[in-house]
Amino acid sequence: MSERETMEYDVITVGAGPAGLAFAIRLKQLKPELNVCVIEKASTVGAQILSGAVIEPEPLNALLPEWGKNPPPICVPVAEDELWMLRDHENASKLPTPPQMHNHGNYIVSLGALCAWLAPQAEALGVDIFPGFAAAEPVFDDHGAVAGVRIGDMGVARDGSEKPGYTQGIDIKAKVTVLAEGCRGHLSKQLIKKFALDRDSDPQTYGIGMKELWQVPEGRVTPGKVVHTLGWPLDPKTYGGSFIYHLDDNRVAIGFVAGLDYEDPNFSPFEAFQQLKHHPKVKALLEGGQILSGGARALVEGGYQSLPKTEMPGAMLIGDAAGLLNVPKIKGTHQAIRSGMLAAEHVAEHGSSEGFDRALRESAAVAELKKVRNIRPGFHKGLWFGLFNAAWETVTGGLSPWTLKNRADWSSLHRLGQYESPKRDYVDRDLPPRDRLASVYFAATEHDEDQPVHLKVSDTNVCITQCAEEYGNPCTRFCPANVYEIVEDEAGKRLQINAANCVHCKTCDIKDPYQIIDWVTPEGGSGPSYQNL
Amino acid sequence: MKILVGYKRVVDYNVRVQVKPDGSGVATDGVKLSANPFDDIALEEALRLREKGVAEEIVIVGIGPADLTAHLRNGLAMGANRAIHVTTDGAPQPLTAARTFLKLIEKESPDLVILGKQAIDDDANQTGQMLAALWGRPQATFASELAIADGKATVTREVDAGLETIEAELPAVVTTDLRLNEPRFIKLPDIMKAKSKPIDVIEFDSLGVDSGDHLKTTNYAPPPKRSKGEMVEDAAGLVAALKQKGLL
Repeated sequence: MSERETMEYDVITVGAGPAGLAFAIRLKQLKPELNVCVIEKASTVGAQILSGAVIEPEPLNALLPEWGKNPPPICVPVAEDELWMLRDHENASKLPTPPQMHNHGNYIVSLGALCAWLAPQAEALGVDIFPGFAAAEPVFDDHGAVAGVRIGDMGVARDGSEKPGYTQGIDIKAKVTVLAEGCRGHLSKQLIKKFALDRDSDPQTYGIGMKELWQVPEGRVTPGKVVHTLGWPLDPKTYGGSFIYHLDDNRVAIGFVAGLDYEDPNFSPFEAFQQLKHHPKVKALLEGGQILSGGARALVEGGYQSLPKTEMPGAMLIGDAAGLLNVPKIKGTHQAIRSGMLAAEHVAEHGSSEGFDRALRESAAVAELKKVRNIRPGFHKGLWFGLFNAAWETVTGGLSPWTLKNRADWSSLHRLGQYESPKRDYVDRDLPPRDRLASVYFAATEHDEDQPVHLKVSDTNVCITQCAEEYGNPCTRFCPANVYEIVEDEAGKRLQINAANCVHCKTCDIKDPYQIIDWVTPEGGSGPSYQNL
Repeated sequence: MKILVGYKRVVDYNVRVQVKPDGSGVATDGVKLSANPFDDIALEEALRLREKGVAEEIVIVGIGPADLTAHLRNGLAMGANRAIHVTTDGAPQPLTAARTFLKLIEKESPDLVILGKQAIDDDANQTGQMLAALWGRPQATFASELAIADGKATVTREVDAGLETIEAELPAVVTTDLRLNEPRFIKLPDIMKAKSKPIDVIEFDSLGVDSGDHLKTTNYAPPPKRSKGEMVEDAAGLVAALKQKGLL
């Protein structure tokens, strides 16, 4: 094998999301002489970004004061807020909107489109952005510090052999590596473990978010209207809710988030989302419309107490790779941009990652998380306690002398037989998509079938024996893209992994109760291709 | 030898194409655009000819708006020597594209022009043929094999009856079919190298090409939706249902 090619940069950023791009832009603003690159596994910037998204503009104002003169393609000022409690499949009550969820002055955007809009602005400052290149693994120097990343090989067959077009991935070496991979980043996960960055924090917790962008008939949309719902189709023990954001041009973004600390092994987040769309409050908006794009992505929910140390020798974590999303606000973009800018200022001043964790913890980003730290864990005790606790924490401004604990999502799943699934009060569905395969079609996901399976299950025997018995193979239900199937043929039952369907949401890596699924990067450019999500 | 390669940007083959609500076209906002796959094959074939020592220079040509530059850079990163960007806000129809190529041929005097057999957006499959006619040179369309020797191109064509092998005297126009080759992956260092490769920008209007609308698009509509199926109890029910619809 020939010697692996190497490129050198001062700083490499992994992931062209809001955190990574804000970092690169800010660093070049401060230190134009530094060489900065951003690598991105999606074939174009924004194609694998999925978010609500209502954003607070302040950090963007700080990063690009003139941004309003040339706004991103989808950018609708919020006009009104509503919060609904769906009591069952047909009834609903309007709730007062809690202060964190007031969105006056905020904007409804497509985060994918926003990043696609940020990328050329970064490039104009001299940042090299390389979409279609996946960081497969970290590279270390002789002292064990992170020294860059290795790009995945292209043209490897399913069995690991080299196909005719085989192209070896290069190493990108850098003085500082910035991990901006988003929630449950594949390199971040490895490095948090290697450097024991989560030694002094609670386990990170997550939710799964699914979203569809709809084109609906004329006259139904109120541009700028923001609606959130709680309650049905979730049972009170499961945390979650929906968002319905009215855009322009008769478009509506609708999404659903379920906490991955759910207990019911028979629960299917995808089905819950589809049910939600059939509540009369929602269905009236969508009926007769069509889906433009759809997908799914895990999000971090652990907040303050789950925030790992965000620096290690040679590298740092920003945005949701660190876990900065503010759950009560249901927003993370402002935190991502803020942490990206802070990291850039730190690197510009110190030239290394050292001291970044402290700087971040002293910043407004972490202060914001600390204030709301007890709200999300309050929902471990159910919806009603959670709402009561949230009201208390809000009134007291997070000054409670206690900090509620988080525990790992995979450990919350109950075993079959030890848990009685609640009566779900589900309805017959007729809105698209019919099922998960039909849904994946809207994600436009694509993986060359002849490449190694990028969902590594270390022991597939467990699936057929232990897991089937204990949990009834929850992977076949929590995956929103129907990647996992138990099939039966002459040889008996076995796990079939339809890796080509994967939308890179990372839920399996998080929720699998045995923690034997490892999501790794597929060939660069593979995966979903979202439009305006 | 110099090779001119057409390098069109289209909505990516993997995108679910959506008709705009007003029927005026296809939605391209926020939609992934990439090289026409047949054009990537054309470029790959040109690169292989250069690697064999048959060709020295490969020039890619794109016709489109200002932001086409990034797309042309990809072609340069794949290995083309330089690019020509004919700037226009409109989407040229096949005859206009062919006439534009002819103007560039007059400037560049290539020995071979390789185009995709068709672009996957309008699926017209006309530009190569029209260009050969306007240029008065041979054409070899739907190529699945190409060999160059002694001023001739030996081309295996994919035709209805199977494979047909023809010889064409150079200069000539070859259009590529799917099986000609499998395009290479772009290497990251080559993206950096491509940044310093030249892109000549020529304004469409300066070429003096007749851009009159030869074809007028009246409306776009998605294919009709399939209506819901009907479940039948048994074979007899199926027969009855088919008879009712007059299909039996």
